Parts: sequence; structure tokens; C-alpha cells
Amino acid sequence: MDVRVSGVRKEFDRFPALHDVSLDINSGELIALLGPSGSGKTTLLRLIAGLETPTEGKVFFGDEDASLKSVQERNVGFVFQHYALFRHMTVIDNVGFGLKVRPNSSRPSKDEIRRRSAELLDFVQLSGLEKRYPAQLSGGQRQRVALARAMAIEPRVLLLDEPFGALDAKVRKELRRWLREIHDKTKHTTVFVTHDQDEALELADRVVVMSQGRIEQIGSPDEVYDRPNSPFVYSFIGESSALDVNVDKSELWLGDQALGMRSDLPDGEAQLYFRPHDVELVDDSGARIAGKIIASRRVGATRRVELEINGAKGRVEIEIPADHPARETSLIAFRPKHWRVFPKN
Amino acid sequence: MISNLAKAGWRFKQPSVIPGFGLTLGFTLAYLALIVLIPLTGLVFRSASLGFSGFWHVATDPRTVNALKISFGTSLVAALVNVFFGVIVAWVLVRYRFPGRRIVDAIVDLPFALPTAVAGIALTALYSKNGWIGQWLDVIGIKVAYTPIGITIALIFIGLPFVVRTVQPVMEEIRKEVEEAAATLGANRFQTITRVLLPGLQPAILTGFALAFARAVGEYGSVIFIAGNLPYVSEIAPLLIVIRLEEFDYAGATAIATIMLLISFFMLFVINLIQAWSRRRYGYGA
Repeated sequence: MDVRVSGVRKEFDRFPALHDVSLDINSGELIALLGPSGSGKTTLLRLIAGLETPTEGKVFFGDEDASLKSVQERNVGFVFQHYALFRHMTVIDNVGFGLKVRPNSSRPSKDEIRRRSAELLDFVQLSGLEKRYPAQLSGGQRQRVALARAMAIEPRVLLLDEPFGALDAKVRKELRRWLREIHDKTKHTTVFVTHDQDEALELADRVVVMSQGRIEQIGSPDEVYDRPNSPFVYSFIGESSALDVNVDKSELWLGDQALGMRSDLPDGEAQLYFRPHDVELVDDSGARIAGKIIASRRVGATRRVELEINGAKGRVEIEIPADHPARETSLIAFRPKHWRVFPKN
Repeated sequence: MISNLAKAGWRFKQPSVIPGFGLTLGFTLAYLALIVLIPLTGLVFRSASLGFSGFWHVATDPRTVNALKISFGTSLVAALVNVFFGVIVAWVLVRYRFPGRRIVDAIVDLPFALPTAVAGIALTALYSKNGWIGQWLDVIGIKVAYTPIGITIALIFIGLPFVVRTVQPVMEEIRKEVEEAAATLGANRFQTITRVLLPGLQPAILTGFALAFARAVGEYGSVIFIAGNLPYVSEIAPLLIVIRLEEFDYAGATAIATIMLLISFFMLFVINLIQAWSRRRYGYGA
């Protein structure tokens, strides 16, 4: 089921949580809403579910205006960060709940509900735990029950709010891979919220990066990582270093030194962004960025050094090979392989 | 592992990082003995002086039986009514923010604080034949004061805070997410309340019921004013005990007291069993 969010604005007590957000989600896609806390990602998810009503704008499921429908009628599967299981019901009763509360006309028979719930529990690899109560399960198992419960109603969209947020790192990684498998098998249109960029990049077909109630960038994991379109995305996803530069006649200058890089920006102050690991060290005296090593530390297979750049205030980080002879206070010069310039704000 | 456990067996004192187990347990037992067990033992001991046939005679005396029926019957009805309305009051206090909420919250505690005799006199004035409410009920032929209905009303009054105050904190803990989950699964408001919220509150409601019921069984002050105290009709067991005492029939009084004690203990025991069972199920404190 396609989902289309069109010009949605949301205010809580006149405090804006979302400004004019539009988003098209294709049928069968796995989409991540990624952003720091307070970026509006959970609000957007809850608006799609119908747990919040937009101040302005509409949400479409296919061609149908879902804004006119209540949560109950939208038929969405929602998974909460803290599971929100019904603790007085056994696991299998939790899974079957959505079918049991249907009106008589569309409710399957008791046996049918039981059979389908058991099938789903098998699908989420929890068969044998039917009779347990939620309190008797581990966090990872509870979240699987929550997912099975959400899938039992044959939802048009699956919405997951920080589904792995309450789990420890190891379980989180396992469940991440497992969720991808589930998605590949069921092909549910799925939207999940996360503040963990690794999770978003590893799991999603497309990543929606959000900040301060706005969508900053929408793209495949490769696109948002390799071609960030704003300083925010550059610094939020992956590692980045930024350097104050000047644009003069489409040429980048660091102090009085030309860097041999071109930009379309109008003349004035700007910021150069690049990835610390995406640089080449150079010895020649031509166009380059040179600096003195202030600090250096070993990070895995490489060494990360902090440089004080000649002719610029502020410091930048770059990565150099672990066996590079440079030590603290020695001078080093590099050139970013990929970079972008943004106007200084 | 298993053989290890078997070897260790059950030990009275588990090593613990919290010191003072022996001291506090000793204090608890001594305190309970002094305050509860010794007086109650004295009670049973005193009634034993009647001998079995004497005891049986008191226990099967129609006046005693009627008094016990009235006491436990009205207490049961009052506790049930309190469960129903107490849960609603707790719901309103927890879920809604309205002007005067704090005042309503404080009013709930009044029956705790008010001398029960004051409550009894006030209720009698209200519900007697020419009282504010009683005169209208009289028109449609309902007599409240001096009947078991009056007793029940007095017991409802004194029992209300017990239900509200036990249910309220548990209700406050219910996550909004659980209700939202039910809604996304298609449950309407009524289904959410009856299938999700109330079952989750069941242990707290049961505790509130037990407390309100126990309090009502032992109530004396407010009831005797509104009850009218007609033998066989509106005479409660605690009053009958006082009457026996005034007749210097100490053995008879303690016999009735012992019967009340046994019935109360049995009922509280059963309620506690249900509690323990549901606690295990829902994983509280497991």
C-alpha cells in the first residue's frame, strides 16, 4: 500500500513539531525516519498511524484520504518502543487480540484465530511460548510478540517506533537482521523510527533524515551517506570534519591560500565539509590543507589525528594509516577526496 | 547445580546484603503478637469457656445468625457498590484535569478522618422519613433509615476511600501506549476498557474490595445511628456483641466475636489466594 504524506504540519499547544512535511512511501518499501530527539520523527509516524491528528495537511493510504479515518479504521500495525503488550494476557492471546475485537461480521472463528496466532508465533520464532505471560519473556522476545501482534491484523502499513531502542546492543543487532528478513518475506510497507544511523543505513531501502520538524534529505543509504545535501546531514550521518573557508570568484580559499577547489556558491564565507577517512595525504607544496597534529589516537585499523590548520581557526580531524610516521606536533598536509561546500550561516 | 541446591536445602536465613533480617523479623513477630495475636487468642480462649454445646447454642441462635447475615450481607453489597463507583472516581481523578480536582481528591479522604458517629448522625438526618432525601424516597415507598438499606449506605460511605486509594496509583501507572496499541489493533473504547484496562487493574480492585469489605464488617459507630437496631431486621453483629457485654454475658459476646473472626479470616484468606494467583500470572514481584 502506497502511503503519501502531503503538506502536514503539526503543533502541540502552538509549539510546532512538524513544518509542512511531505513524503511519498512506495508499496513494499522499508523506510527509516532518522533524526535526533525532538526532530519530529515519532510525531510523523504517529500522524501516519492516526494516533495524532495533523494541524494541517493530509495522509493518504493509496488514493484514500486516511485523515478522515480513526486509528481503529486505518488498519495499521504499530509497534512501540516499550512493547506495550497486554500483561494479563498470554502471548497467544496478545497476538490474537486484534482479531478478537473485530465485529462479528468479520471476526474469524475461535479456532481460526488460535491457528493464525500460532502460525505468526512460529513465524517470529516463538513457538512453544504460547502460554507464557509477557512478564516471563526477555525484551527481544517481547518485541517479537509485539510485531506478531501487529502483523496479525494484516495491516496495510507496519509502523515501528524505535523498535529496538529498549534492547541491549547484541539483541538489537540480531533483531535488526531478523526484521530485514521478515520484511523481505512479507513485503509489508514498513516505516520505522530510529535515532541510530547504523540501524537506518543497514536496514532501510530509503532513509528520511529529519531535523527540527523538517525533512532534511530523503534518499537511499548510499545517497545520504555519500551525497549529504546539508551541513546537518553531513554531521549527523557518519563522521565529518568542517573547515571555514572563503569563496572568491568560484574558487575556495583557506586564508590566503587557494585550495584548488571550485564551488558555485556566491562569494563570501563558507564551510568545507569532508569525511575524515576520505582524504589523501600529500607531500607536494601545491594546493592542499596543511596543519599541525595536536592530538592523535588509535582507532581500530587507523589512526585519527586532530589538526590545527594554518590560516584557519578551529580544528579538523582526519584519519591516517596506523603506521604513518607523523606524531604529535609534526606537520601534515592532505586533500579531501570528496567534499562539499555550504554557505556559512 | 541441582545436587548443589539439594545439598544446601532450605535455610532459614539467606545471606543478604541488607542487614538486620534477624532483628527486624524478631521485632515484627513480637509486635504482631502483642497487638494482634494475644488479644485474639484471649478472645478465642474466653469463648471456649462456653464449651462446645454452649458455643453452638450461641452460634445457631436466630438472633445471632440474623445479625451475622445482616453484617456480612450489607458489607458485601457496600463493598461491591464501592468497587463500581470507586473505580469511576479513581478514573476521573487520574485521567482528567479539571478545576477543583484537588478538592475532590481531598474529599475522598474525608470518610477516613471523620468520626464515624458524625457520619452516622448526618446520614440519619438525611435519610430519615422527614430528612432532605428521605422525604422524597418515602413518597415512592422506599424506607432507608432504620433498614438494611440504611446500613448499606453508611458502609458505602466509610468504605469509599479504600477502593479509590488502592486503585488510583495503579491506574496512574498504566501506560498510554497500551491503550494506543489496543486502538491500532482495532479495539473500540469500550473493548479497550473492558478487555485491556480493567483486567490489568483487577489485583488492585480486589485489594480495594477486601479492604472496604473488612472495614465495613467491623464498622460500628456510623451504623448504629442509621440502623434502628431492630433485632432480626437491622441489628448488626458488632452491636449484638455490645448488647451481650451490657448484659454481662461476656462468653456470649466473645462467641459471636469469634464467629466473626473466623468468617472474616476465611474471606480475607480466599481473597489473598486469588491475589497471589493473579500476581504470579501478571509477573508482579515474581
